[in-house]
Amino acid sequence: MTTDTIKQAAPPSSLRLVLTLAIAGLISGIAIIGIYESTLPTITANKARELREAVFKVLPGVSQMQALVYRDGELITVEKPDKDEPVIYGGYDEAHEFVGYAMPAAGPGFQDTIAILYGYKPGEKQVVGMEVLESRETPGLGDKIYKDAVWVGGFSALSVEPEIVAVKKGTKSKPNEIDAITGATISSKAVVRIINEAHTAWTGKLPPAGSEPPLRETETASTEAGQ
Amino acid sequence: MKKNESYEEFIKGVWRDNPVFAQVLGMCPMLAVTNSAINAVAMGMATLFVLVGSSFLVSSFRNWIPKQVRISCFIIIIATFVTIADYTLLALVPKVHKELGAFIPLIVANCLILGRQEAFASRYPTRLAVMDAIGMAVGFLVALLSLGIVREILGDGALFGVKLFSENFEPWVIMILPPGGFLTLGVILLFFNWFKFKKDEFLEDVAEAERSGS
Repeated sequence: MTTDTIKQAAPPSSLRLVLTLAIAGLISGIAIIGIYESTLPTITANKARELREAVFKVLPGVSQMQALVYRDGELITVEKPDKDEPVIYGGYDEAHEFVGYAMPAAGPGFQDTIAILYGYKPGEKQVVGMEVLESRETPGLGDKIYKDAVWVGGFSALSVEPEIVAVKKGTKSKPNEIDAITGATISSKAVVRIINEAHTAWTGKLPPAGSEPPLRETETASTEAGQ
Repeated sequence: MKKNESYEEFIKGVWRDNPVFAQVLGMCPMLAVTNSAINAVAMGMATLFVLVGSSFLVSSFRNWIPKQVRISCFIIIIATFVTIADYTLLALVPKVHKELGAFIPLIVANCLILGRQEAFASRYPTRLAVMDAIGMAVGFLVALLSLGIVREILGDGALFGVKLFSENFEPWVIMILPPGGFLTLGVILLFFNWFKFKKDEFLEDVAEAERSGS
């Protein structure tokens, strides 16, 4: 009891305060490292699976994929792309024949950045699929860019020559036109603009149709092992 | 007697001192993530985990933590649990984690949690502190869920993602936008206070009747 009273009366030394916080910080740090290390494999696997699913969705008929980057004037296959390096994905069918590219692209939408992935067949110069990966568009209005099946379906055979144009709903007459969503004009135009910009940026970098990089066997093995 | 004490600490958080309806704490996640029932449940469970975990630790170490640095210690403990919840949700339910976005890390700043550490866990034995934390967290979950259910049904015509009405139902989009949160919360608070008012009136009547009777 006496010791308690003394402890209460005298303020604890600064050393004790520093030590308490240091020990708390140390334990907290160890706990955070522990949870980070133990969840990292699952998180990475989830992200890889999401990407594979998105690639297979925007490129119908694809069963294999590999990452491609543009280095020193040509498109090459890489095992692990560098950070911040633009990557596109080559999609290949069962017979390991090239089908098309899945191109990630992003740009400003109505609320925040919209990130999308679109499938592109260089031979036909057509967009064959579009998937919104990230968006914060208004629920009920702008979010139709990924909830409206008619709009998403409109990207299944869309010519990029000379460029994609969003037109008023029901007035699509040319292969490069798509019906915009009523009530979400800004969001739908944003998606079209993002694809056009990405297309312009990549056009010069893609090899001529028919001479795409072949599927690397090692890559196939690793992706199959990862399934 | 012991049992009753624990039960009392539990039930006060769920109803009488409900963190949202009575104390009006934690408004930020309350309004932001209740646009669907599933988001409300995820947020409620994450808060439950953080609150119970930190109350347990704070109460266990309450005689070791010097008074001068207690708030910093509470925050370190809370932040650790929040980080654990953040990574666990990201690994287990990436879709829900994406919807909740920044509001998971922001649980650190939920005054409900720090408030319970300062007002209760740092002064009472571990068993009571944990019961209090569970009660408060369940109360918070109930509040989140009641908002989430109302907003999802009216704003999306669905509950837990299951469509309730035919195609003819025109969703009240405003209910899943921020104003819908304020509207729903206002109506629920109105009801809660009306109920409390009626109850007080009733108790007064009873007391008066007893007095005149004796």
